[in-house]
Amino acid sequence: MSQTHDKAQMRGWVRQDGRKGIRNVVAVAYLVECAHHVAREIAREDRSAAHVIGFPGCFPNAYAQKMMERLCTHPNVGAVLLVSLGCESFDRYQLARVVAESGRPVETLVIQNAGGTRATIASGRDWVRDRIAELADAPTVPMDVSELVVGTVCGGSDGTSGISGNPAAGIAFDRLVEAGATCIFEETGELIGCEDIMAARASTPELAVELRASISKAARYYATLGFGSFAAGNADGGLTTIEEKSLGAYMKSGQSLISGLIKPGDFPPRGGLYLMDVVPDGEVRFGFPNISDNAEIVEMMASGAHCTLFVTGRGSVVGSALAPVIKIAANPHMYRRLSEDMDINAGRVLEGTATLDEIGSEIFDHVVALACGAPSASESLGHQEFILTYKSFEPIGPACLPA
Amino acid sequence: MDDQTRTDPRLLLLAPGDSVFVLRGQIAAGEDIFVAGCRVHVPVALGLGHKIARRAIGPGEKVLKYGASIGSARTGIALGEHVHLHNLQSDYTATYSLDASRSGADDTQEQVRP
Repeated sequence: MSQTHDKAQMRGWVRQDGRKGIRNVVAVAYLVECAHHVAREIAREDRSAAHVIGFPGCFPNAYAQKMMERLCTHPNVGAVLLVSLGCESFDRYQLARVVAESGRPVETLVIQNAGGTRATIASGRDWVRDRIAELADAPTVPMDVSELVVGTVCGGSDGTSGISGNPAAGIAFDRLVEAGATCIFEETGELIGCEDIMAARASTPELAVELRASISKAARYYATLGFGSFAAGNADGGLTTIEEKSLGAYMKSGQSLISGLIKPGDFPPRGGLYLMDVVPDGEVRFGFPNISDNAEIVEMMASGAHCTLFVTGRGSVVGSALAPVIKIAANPHMYRRLSEDMDINAGRVLEGTATLDEIGSEIFDHVVALACGAPSASESLGHQEFILTYKSFEPIGPACLPA
Repeated sequence: MDDQTRTDPRLLLLAPGDSVFVLRGQIAAGEDIFVAGCRVHVPVALGLGHKIARRAIGPGEKVLKYGASIGSARTGIALGEHVHLHNLQSDYTATYSLDASRSGADDTQEQVRP
């Protein structure tokens, strides 16, 4: 293990609930698409310190409410400005209460009451400017790798993802779990075909049943939709079937025992490896479970992820609001075209110039460096994508989180 | 290496029982390569991550990669043949691609840096 980033250097902002953030940003949250422009204009003055998140829908949804509550109290968030049009259904009162109870400064601006676009932007900017100044002086405390929550996704996958980037991310996950960290992998729709090998890694037989059930739910859901979680570019990159893509995606989970099954917004109770079930419960409603990669990143953030390992073969360029994204290039040819967008070139494994273990260590070191404050490539380029849509979930069963 | 197993170094075997190799380097159109001791002609260019049959695969047979099934052969597949949408299908959901649409499009409009 490289000693470049001593654990002692890792410092975080401690929150009232005991969790620590590796960033300290102001979240500017629009509560309906109609308030998005105003929120964006408010945050525009200092985009590195004020991040825009939000929910576009006008009609109520318990999942979206829970997600926004979790995201506005994410450990990387130090203060929250809510931007409401005024007539949308989102429960802004409840959201403001939850944020206030978490000990964070919170303000709600209602465009219809505040004099319209220009006036709301002006008062929003004043409020955000003051909070940014306060957050800049906020004290930090020492933080350990075991306190980190790390998610992983793959996006823009091709035939290289499952043989270089994903297994390397899996090795980094094994190292993080060994150090006591909490790791989350997800997209059950992209684990179709992996149910047997995954169930064999469950910490209890009861959890194995739950893991299998989550995959068969995903298979049913996507069969109803008529498409798998598979984009045209996946086929161009040599992937032929959803189960082939799944086996490649599964490699990201590494070799650790699977400690539990969570749903978006559930907090893993302790360190270990967790599967996130992202496919809605009940009959098929509201369309595709996750319409693009950032929806998955957002759901892992809602469960506390400080950062996300993002493996890409075709070359995704996205980052995220609130929690930085580390980009791992699986395909060496793509890395050469998009090197500025990538943090790690796992394609070296295919060219014989690095081993999977070496890339895995590099990813682990990158996570620690990120937590010490070093920006990731997408963070430096200003990427702050965010997407949240309608879903519905039942609570997880008692077998999902064995004692 | 004996002639029975001679295989192009660009072909990667992921698990011992697999019926496909994965490309870790590109193969140009018209190349002759060795696959499991046999000389095979590759008619079209194949990029990183594509698959080539390691042995003859019967119609309906499960195709194995990572030691697990990635679907069933639509047709018989010869040793050394490119394994993709034309001869392999999912046992779960159908695969969506833009191949049919692209064949009628002018791809020169889309710039790709070398």
